[in-house]
Order: sequence, then C-alpha cells, then structure tokens
Amino acid sequence: MENSALNIVVLVKYVPDAQFDRHLTGDARTLDRSESILSELDEYALEAALALTDARGGAKAGNVVTALTLGPASAAAAVKKSLQIGATQGLHVTDDALAGSDASATSLALAAAIKTLGPVDLVITGMASTDGETSIIPAQLAARLGLAQITFASSLELDGTTVSARRDGDDFSEEIQATLPALVSVTDQANDPRYPNFKGILAAKKKKVTTVSLADLGLAASDVGLAGSLTRVTAAAERPARTAGTIITDSGDAGIQLVDFLAAQKLI
Amino acid sequence: MTAIVVYIDQLDASGKLSVTATQLLTVARGAGEAVAVVAGGVAPELLNELGAYGVSRVLHSEQAELGQFLVAPKADLVAQAAAAVAASAVLVDNSAAGKEIAARVGVALNAGVITDAVSVSYDGEALVAHKSVLAGSYTVEARATSAVAVISVKAHSVEAAPAAAAVIPAVELVDVAFAPSSLAARVVTRTPRAASGRPELEDARIIVAGGRGVDGDFTPVEELADVLGAAVGASRAATDAGWISHASQVGQTGKKVSPQLYISVGISGAIQQKAGMQTSKLIVAVNKDAESPIFEIADFGIVGDLFKVLPQAVEEIKKRRG
Repeated sequence: MENSALNIVVLVKYVPDAQFDRHLTGDARTLDRSESILSELDEYALEAALALTDARGGAKAGNVVTALTLGPASAAAAVKKSLQIGATQGLHVTDDALAGSDASATSLALAAAIKTLGPVDLVITGMASTDGETSIIPAQLAARLGLAQITFASSLELDGTTVSARRDGDDFSEEIQATLPALVSVTDQANDPRYPNFKGILAAKKKKVTTVSLADLGLAASDVGLAGSLTRVTAAAERPARTAGTIITDSGDAGIQLVDFLAAQKLI
Repeated sequence: MTAIVVYIDQLDASGKLSVTATQLLTVARGAGEAVAVVAGGVAPELLNELGAYGVSRVLHSEQAELGQFLVAPKADLVAQAAAAVAASAVLVDNSAAGKEIAARVGVALNAGVITDAVSVSYDGEALVAHKSVLAGSYTVEARATSAVAVISVKAHSVEAAPAAAAVIPAVELVDVAFAPSSLAARVVTRTPRAASGRPELEDARIIVAGGRGVDGDFTPVEELADVLGAAVGASRAATDAGWISHASQVGQTGKKVSPQLYISVGISGAIQQKAGMQTSKLIVAVNKDAESPIFEIADFGIVGDLFKVLPQAVEEIKKRRG
C-alpha cells in the first residue's frame, strides 16, 4: 500500500483571457465568457498532479489524473488542453442551469461531480481562478467533501499516504502535513508547468471525456445557477480606463521633476 | 437588532486589536450588535478595546487545536459561535486565512460569501459589499441572499471609530466541536518571516516597486521607498529572478494594492502587473523603454535611467526637507 496508484482530480477552469478587456453582461451582471482559455494558474495544479503520478509510474501503473471542469460546452477546451498536457481523462459538468453560479453553487456541483470518481486521494487546484479571483472554491470543496485542506502550497511532496506542503505566507513560512485524502491548492511557485507536445496532442484524441448534467449528479436546477446562488451582484459599473498623463524624457533633471510632481500632489 | 460577528485572531497577536479589526467592528456596530468571536485568549487590554468599540458580547475559545492545524478549526469556531448568537452577518479580514474561514463558514451556515470587499455599507436591512473585479476594470456591489452574509473585507474599508459610549462586554467561553476533517492539515513547523521595518504592501499609502529593469539591484528602489516612508513592491519578473522575496510581489498572482501613490520602476506594465496595481490613485512610472505599456496608465512618466533618476529624486527630497 506504501506507494499505491493515485486517483487525483485537478480542477481546470475555462476563463476569459486576462490579456484582453473583460466585460460583465446581462441583468445578472455575469462575465462574458467568449474568448476563453485554460486558466493559467490551473496549469500549476495539473503539473503538480502529473509530477506525483509520474513518480509512481504514470498511467501505465494505474494512476489516474482527471481534469474536471464546470462550464458551457466551450469549456471542454480546458479539458482537452489538460489531456494534451497529460491528464488521463476528463470530466465536464455542463448544464444551462449552471450559468451564473456563485462560489457556493459551483462548489456544490463540483463536490457532486468529484463523488462520481470513486475514492479520490487528492483534489488539486490552482491558487485562484484568473476571472473570479476569490480563492474560496478550494476551501468550500474541502469542507463539502470532508478532505484535509492545504491551500497555497509553494511545494508539494507525497510520501506513502502523507502529503507535505510548504506555505510561504506574509508573516510565516509553514510546513504542513496531512494524511490522504486531501485537497491542495498550489501557487505559481510550486513548479514549472510542462507544455503539450506532439505526442501528447495525438494521445489526447484517444482519451475519455465524460460529460455530465445536473441530473446525472443528482442535483436540481434550483440548487445551482442564479437560483441556487447565495449572493447577487446588484450593481456594476465599468471603471473609466486610465489615461496616460505627462510623459517626459530625462535630460538630466527628471529626478527633480519627479519631486516637483510629488510636491504638487502633496505627497511629500 | 441582529448580531454581527467579527472574527478576531489572537493566536498570533499581541493582545491588541489589529487596525483592520477596529474597522470591522466599526462596520458591525453601524449595522447591528457587534459580537466579537476570538480565537485565543481575551487579555484585559483587548477586552477594554472591544468595549471601547461597542462590543457587548465576546465569544472565545482557547482550544489548542485552533493553532495546531490550518484554518479549518477556526472556521468551526466562527460558524458555531455565529449560530449560537443567531448572527445575520459574519465579517472577517481579507487575508488568505480570512477568506478561507469565510468560505468554510459559508458552507457550514449555508450562507453567501463575498470576498475582497473594499467597503461595506448598510442599507437599513442588509450589508452591501462593494468590490473591484476583473483586475480593477469594474466596481460592483454584491449582497447575500441567504439569512446570513459572510464578507471578507480589505483594510481601510472604513475610518475606525470607537463607540460614543464604551460598554463592558460579556465574555463567554465556547467549546468548539471540531469536525474530524478539520483536524487533518497539521502545522508541523512555523517560522516567522523577518520583518523589513517598512509598511506592509496592503497598508501602505505609498509603494515603490521594482521590476526587470533594476537588474538585480533593489538599492535605488529601497532608498526612494525609505525617504518616502513607502512599502517596497516588485513585479513577478523581479521575484522570479530571486532579487526580492515573493511576499513583495504585486500583480495577478501577488498582492492587489491601491495606494495613494504607486511608483513603478523598471516594470514594463504587462497585464500580470497591471492586475495588481491599476486601481492606485496615482501612478508614476520610470522606465528606459518609451514603448512600455506602463506609460499608457501612468499619471507621470519618466523615460530614463532609473539608476540616475531615483538617486537624484532621493537627494532632492532630502535637500528640500533641509
């Protein structure tokens, strides 16, 4: 049992590309999800999972890394990319009723989906989504699934059934240990994510992606989406774009001009 | 008047209220009966301060588990205390731990959770959280639709103000029933990080931040910061290069800051950086590349050599102060 095969779930989110302008739309002020990509921060979670399973012989030895996403049909692209990078299989929760789900409704549906994957050793997530940026889904999932919760791991090791992580907080550095099963969120310091290679892209075409609806998970439409959410955005305003101010080129006295500017703003 | 719980961590604290805690108590008192839930002991000085902020009830636990594991036992304390006083809202600070406590309390109480509030108002019926989303490109207001609202609130949400009349709080010891999975992530070692003596990034009025352009030498950035009483920040390029601690990183995967003044030095201003600082009141940029995107959002920009501009500014500030 010391180094038995692992059953790992990695959460992957399909998010609007942060390189471009992003917008809230509609009466419920939800995010326009066109022009989306696999959340960059989820690549660290996937890499952490693959490193752990590689160390135990990978898929050949029975290790499973399931890329789990929740979102519209287009979100399947996040799963596909994860399979190309190296995940073993995909699970896509999709249902029109999920639109507008807040963290509570989202974590409820994700927890139900994870339960369909049998006894899970690890759930690994990124440190945040790059759209909502709240970082609360990992904690809510751990609470709902009764898993040990280790968040913001900047390194992750597994020895038998003991998971060890280092956390670098503002005030403390900590070493945390838990016995599997556990949920771990990893930071962008945890590893260097691998890229999909040609072999991986070909192999991904043969991997299984299961698509499930709310009914498949035993949930009702009213449990999720706007109906099942416990928060509402009641107003939204686009902040006026910042515009460039005075730009000067140093001709020997820019440091003094900088101080003049600070003095005029009463900042010194 | 309904109870509004404010969570106060005294496990790593000195027996005094943090500045953020005084702000949360001020918000709570404006919307209901402020109830403090404290992890750790309630020292006499702390009790006096709580009374000064109008807290009538204090619930606390000194159970060892609160400090031996990551946040889950603290969330059990907050959820059980909030249920005991039939709270209509729970307020926590917006630290990583605060947000996770909020997340778990939300699950335990089937309550809506709102994080990253920059301010909280009271509309006469419920608390309304105001926040900045999508890297500062929108401001939104959000409310919980559940019986209980859980909100994590950033520093400086409100001007802290003591109550008109101080009260003497009733103190109750709580015996928390911890869930088995709450006692699973054990803290094996805990090492305090060295204090820089400079302000914390999230609290600072002024931040001077360095990027790739400092080329390994943060001295000019630190000297300007010190003469301005500012915090020192950095771009991801600078922290990834190992020139400065990751705790100093401002950006999408670092701190999100909105100081009065952000001085960006040798930072190009790509989205990763902008996501963490573009809600600053004023932005000053120094960069030798005139094409850097940072100049598109700077109120005052200098195209020049930071190793000349910054020392000259430091000397000039010292000279003017005589």
